[in-house]
Amino acid sequence: MTLVDVAPPPKAMRLVDHFELGLDAPICLTWELTYACNLSCVHCLSSSGRRDPRELSTEECKAVIDELERMQVFYVNIGGGEPTVRSDFWELVEYATAHHVGVKFSTNGVKITPEVATRLAANDYVDVQISLDGATPEVNDHVRGPGSYDTAIRAMRNLSDAGMRNFKLSVVCTRQNIPQLEEFKEIADRYGAQLRLTRLRPSGRGADVWDELHPTREQQRELYDWLVAHGDDVLTGDSFFHLSAYGQALPGLNLCGAGRVVCLIDPIGDVYACPFAIHDEFLAGNVRGEGGFRTVWRDSALFAELRSPQSGGACSSCRFFDTCKGGCMAAKFFTGLPLDGPDPECVQGYGEQLLAQRAETTSIPKHAGDHSHRTSPPRPRSGIGPVRLTLTRREDLAAPPVSACAEDPLAGFTAPAASDLASSEPGADRRHQGGTRSDLA
Amino acid sequence: MTAVEPDTAWRLHPQVSVRPEPFGALLYHFGTRKLSFLKDRTLLTVVQGLADAATAREACEAAGVAAEHLPTYLRALGTLAESKMLEERAA
Repeated sequence: MTLVDVAPPPKAMRLVDHFELGLDAPICLTWELTYACNLSCVHCLSSSGRRDPRELSTEECKAVIDELERMQVFYVNIGGGEPTVRSDFWELVEYATAHHVGVKFSTNGVKITPEVATRLAANDYVDVQISLDGATPEVNDHVRGPGSYDTAIRAMRNLSDAGMRNFKLSVVCTRQNIPQLEEFKEIADRYGAQLRLTRLRPSGRGADVWDELHPTREQQRELYDWLVAHGDDVLTGDSFFHLSAYGQALPGLNLCGAGRVVCLIDPIGDVYACPFAIHDEFLAGNVRGEGGFRTVWRDSALFAELRSPQSGGACSSCRFFDTCKGGCMAAKFFTGLPLDGPDPECVQGYGEQLLAQRAETTSIPKHAGDHSHRTSPPRPRSGIGPVRLTLTRREDLAAPPVSACAEDPLAGFTAPAASDLASSEPGADRRHQGGTRSDLA
Repeated sequence: MTAVEPDTAWRLHPQVSVRPEPFGALLYHFGTRKLSFLKDRTLLTVVQGLADAATAREACEAAGVAAEHLPTYLRALGTLAESKMLEERAA
């Protein structure tokens, strides 16, 4: 990003001030094409898994692309779900790029075969973002599911072999992977990719795992120092502007772009202020409505409000307010904090204080529409962990206790050879093993 | 940042898209995937006029840039040339 400024200050308005008032069209927007996904990442910001029957048809998607072309939206970030599982995905990518709407799509890599990689490398208007949340299979698969590390690495190798350069390796920063930042950089370099780090938000299923996955305060500092040291080499989607309160601002606009320069179109055409805020509170309209996306972007009451001057609330007296702007709206909302106060990960620690003071009765808003897989069994995760128990007999009892109303004529009677009989039962060994396993797990 | 020479000829890179905005304009390069912001409407007029003007100086004059501001605008064009938003053509 370059700023071309002809006249040195004094200027009445800085560029970010203009952006805070909103633009005629978004600079870029996120478009989630489907809620269907082959994975069940524990932190999925859109709670994806199953397709929604109301998802936009191919023709409706093309109409949206036509509109984005008219509005001169330079590119869309396509995501999901896993967008490539839509049968018309490649058709829509071709359609968009033929209509001067660039495409950057996020994928877990499942469909990036050598053939697909060759086609992608030949199209200048397409960029690919491979998601990987651990530099080792252990760390990644814990969050994204078994086999997902290998899938992502294979996709990157295919893209690299096809001659695609500067595609993105996209990492959501967690407590488990912040110690791996250098390793991520090495992986990106190995495949000629550019590293992109983004913030974990308590959105979608992310709310369920946020306490366990979000970086500690020390790690936030480590991340900030690393980002400052790597500057423009590493992309962040502007997602760490709350860290700017440590001092030097990070590269980027450093503002919350929700409804001002970015927004989200979800698979059923609902337009939200940002990809991390899928909730009625941030729903501006639907592209199927009269006037389409353009009318939602320009005329929705919600967006008008987001573009009006915001009060810093509890943060306005903080000397860092000018750099961090109170942080991320979605992070506050989905942790039950007031929107005009500090971010839950405020580097000054004000967010932690507020989280600790939240009343037991504070109701935390729920994501609007959960599309998580219902059939897949939940994967074992750390945290409380399995309940440890050992199955034994009470030594003071020779036989099971007999209840007063037992009607079995043999109740209380022990045959001399009973224990021999029991041990010859084929199932007995297996049962015993089961007991041992629960003890060791 | 080096200013462009006033008597050289330029045009927008064919992969660059320009979107006017109230504050100036947004420029997006589909090849480098970089975004630039023009913070001035006059600069936008200059950039849009480059391809049809014989020289960078002429494009500035046609956009109404006063002689004393010419160096500033040539520097701004230099920045755009460095980020490959502009390309030089035969004068």
